[in-house]
Amino acid sequence: MTQNNKFYESVEEVAPGRTFLDSSELVINMGPQHPSTHGVLRVILKLDGEKVLGLDCVIGYLHRGVEKIAENRTWAQFNPYVDRLDYVAAVSNGLGYCLAVEKLLAVEVPKRAQYLRVILTELNRLASHQVWLGTHVLDIGAVTPLFYAFRDRELILEVFEKYCGARLTTHAFRIGGCRWDAYEGFAEEVRKTCDFIVPKIAEYGELITGNRIWVERTKGVGVLSGDDCKALGVTGPMLRGAGVRWDVRKAQPYSSYDDFEFDIPIGAAGDTFDRYMVRLEEMRQSIRIIRQAVDGLPEGPLMAKVPKMLKPPAGEVYQNIEAPKGELGYYVVSDGGPQPYRVRVRPPSFINLQALEKMVKGQLVADVVAVIGTLDIVLGEVDR
Amino acid sequence: MADAPEEKKLEQTETKPETSSAPGAPEAASAAPATALAPAAPAAAAPALPTPPAPKPAAKPWECELTQRLKHVYGSGLRDAAEYVGQKYIAVDGSIAHEVLRILHDDEGYDMLSDLTCVHWPKDERPFEVVWILYCFAKNTYVRVKARYAEGEEAPTATNLWPGANWMEREVFDMFGLRFAGHPDLRRILLPEDWQGHPLRKDYDIRQQDNEWVRKNLGIESGQ
Repeated sequence: MTQNNKFYESVEEVAPGRTFLDSSELVINMGPQHPSTHGVLRVILKLDGEKVLGLDCVIGYLHRGVEKIAENRTWAQFNPYVDRLDYVAAVSNGLGYCLAVEKLLAVEVPKRAQYLRVILTELNRLASHQVWLGTHVLDIGAVTPLFYAFRDRELILEVFEKYCGARLTTHAFRIGGCRWDAYEGFAEEVRKTCDFIVPKIAEYGELITGNRIWVERTKGVGVLSGDDCKALGVTGPMLRGAGVRWDVRKAQPYSSYDDFEFDIPIGAAGDTFDRYMVRLEEMRQSIRIIRQAVDGLPEGPLMAKVPKMLKPPAGEVYQNIEAPKGELGYYVVSDGGPQPYRVRVRPPSFINLQALEKMVKGQLVADVVAVIGTLDIVLGEVDR
Repeated sequence: MADAPEEKKLEQTETKPETSSAPGAPEAASAAPATALAPAAPAAAAPALPTPPAPKPAAKPWECELTQRLKHVYGSGLRDAAEYVGQKYIAVDGSIAHEVLRILHDDEGYDMLSDLTCVHWPKDERPFEVVWILYCFAKNTYVRVKARYAEGEEAPTATNLWPGANWMEREVFDMFGLRFAGHPDLRRILLPEDWQGHPLRKDYDIRQQDNEWVRKNLGIESGQ
């Protein structure tokens, strides 16, 4: 009691005329070592009590100068570096880069390689969404789904490991096709993995969707309208959660995606809950694509004819793909030499993170944690 | 540590790219690789033949209502309008870049700024080539706008058309030192605010760093 009084006295001394409860603005620092920031994101929050008045993101803690490194490696040597951008979806990153360089070289990848790429990329989308689900729900306070999601993701990582020897930074594809063919029993294992995961997705839903706490914490939280998304360049499940039916796989198909039947799930309200529903449905759609691709996997070569030393003709292309986080683009410029003249990565995490301020302004500080989770950012990609 | 095995694999691919399907899966598809290995050239070359890398793709001029209108209004301000490997781009004078962007945004319906970046051409008298990659949802089309700026010149901000340009312009400023006139909050974004130098310029060496910053803030002689 006496301590309390003392405290009040000291506040009065520091700011005469203002009581503690009156001191309206408070600036707090969240991160870079904060478990719910999914890495090394630092958010400086300006609060009025529990209400967020504004924020500033401080990023770059993981900046490795990947775009500079690209200019000092050959075209093929740079390929493994892109895996380290969004390291929970390394396969997608590799696919985007390979497609960009192939476009520059005017190389058509053999059909078998295209299908293999689709299978692995969609498996990676599943794995990435499982990481998102586990950590996002954990942030909000449910511990159990994390273990379930990571347990199931393990099966996918095992497929990667058998295919290319790596679980996380896979470097699965090469410019011109795939380095490895499907290993023996690949199709059966992928089918089995899909059969295993489908009921698990329903299980995640049973655990989370109807949960009162989950609904209260996500419905109407972090609302971003479709027009806001477009204006801010926000793509991926964030855009679809706001009701815009747009997916690069449908809009600008690449790597034979137009061969497969799948739906683009959309939300309506553009809040955290809708984005959660969209991502869950996307996992089911990914499984649909994987099954079709495994069934229709054609025979044939894996690599197009590409020279040993790649020297794409001078020019530039922009190639985008639908990464698990959104539109991942590579703007590559060649001057005709053996090294890229410029490689620009359009990172979906970086651009989606920009929407954070708009999404949490005026909401409660606890919602910041929920919104960072729903943004599904990977700091390796934000900082590059 | 993690890079080492990856690089090794890469070298393997570089040495034998054509027959890579064969050693990659000796047991998987038993029939296919055996045949591919024996008459190596015809089997491997046949499917790749339709698009060999030999015919160099060339930029074709891009003619449409929009480019004609821009040509009519700006004359030689429109430097180039072309299509390269199916992708359309417009190169304009730096001074009219913002007006062109406004036309694309307001009249042509390019409602998303997909990406904004810069390329440094140090030998050019206007070395900074800013590239805006725009997307129109209604038409499902991309278009690139390119404009060049000299050292000390300022590019116009696109934040008043697409708020999403904010961080992308900050990144260009951080990496190239090119300033954007009218940007609400032009600060470095990935590097520390008191860092000296702009790393993505071509004259910035890969091993170069702000030694003084490293010494002062990290307490070490060199980070390398």
